[in-house]
Amino acid sequence: MPLRAKKTFKAAFPHTIPVMTGYLFLGAAFGILLQSKGYSHLWAGLMSVTIFAGSVQFVAVNLLTGAFSLLNAFFITLMVNARHVFYGFSMLERFQDTGKYKPYLIFALSDETFTLLYSAEPPEGVRRGSFYFCIALLDQLYWIAGSITGALIGSRLSFDVQGIEFVMTALFVAIFTEQCRVHHNRIPAVVGLAGSALCLLVFGPERFILPAMLVLVLVLTLIRKPMERGLAQQ
Amino acid sequence: MTTTQVLLTIFVIAAATFLTRALPFLLFPAGRRTPGYVAYLGNALPCATIGMLIVYCVKGVSPSQWPHGLPELVSIAAVALVQLYRRNTLISIVVGTVLYMILIQKVFL
Repeated sequence: MPLRAKKTFKAAFPHTIPVMTGYLFLGAAFGILLQSKGYSHLWAGLMSVTIFAGSVQFVAVNLLTGAFSLLNAFFITLMVNARHVFYGFSMLERFQDTGKYKPYLIFALSDETFTLLYSAEPPEGVRRGSFYFCIALLDQLYWIAGSITGALIGSRLSFDVQGIEFVMTALFVAIFTEQCRVHHNRIPAVVGLAGSALCLLVFGPERFILPAMLVLVLVLTLIRKPMERGLAQQ
Repeated sequence: MTTTQVLLTIFVIAAATFLTRALPFLLFPAGRRTPGYVAYLGNALPCATIGMLIVYCVKGVSPSQWPHGLPELVSIAAVALVQLYRRNTLISIVVGTVLYMILIQKVFL
């Protein structure tokens, strides 16, 4: 490996360790589920390479076992993935100087990769573009490896890992806490948490995401003036 | 489904996924000045979005049924506390996850 690539890898890898744990197990869970519906590890691999979205791939298992409808598949995917639009908005500036890596970075913007890219800063001497690319690619490789392994060995896994999926929740909570600690302005964090929780109570677990996204944008828009005044004072 | 139908379905799901991720970049291409409002949202949204993701992770928990979301609540509090005191994301995540696994496997049966 050339020296620069090695340095980038060394800087990026530690950030991805929590995601590695989560993706290997969740990916395996996806592979096991897909295989139980009669699709081999090759299909699991193909889906993880081309789609790379956890929740959507679990939904896709149902789509692949149901009646053939491309329109249905398209709109269900948009619904399940709607929250990803926010990741793009958040990364508009950060991805600006990432050059040739940008298309892949946009493609690979999963929940977990977004959270890592938002919070991880490249050390001095490591370029932002290749640093981000390394994190995103490692994450996807874990996911691919997990899903293929799951489909291959499937139900032969016997040790008790019940609850391992909490590693993703823990990742989000840790980074959320860290962001609240470093940012003076905690209002967006509170709005996100409280607004989403409220929508979950009102609309229920299956349909709260779209209302929550609307509420978040609406509230953040309404408080823009005082927020920007507050930022200017700091 | 035939193999062609499966391939088409996977292709459509992949395209729709990419669309949700690429939409902001298509609407506001680099080089052109992003409107102040969009730049403001880009700054304010990430923290709000991660808050939303946490809620998304616990959406399946039913507080009215045993164990009343206690394993989640306790583990989330543990992650936040360890993060505040140790400021090491990896340690916080390991502590929270191991605690959660113990709670649901051994404590809240």
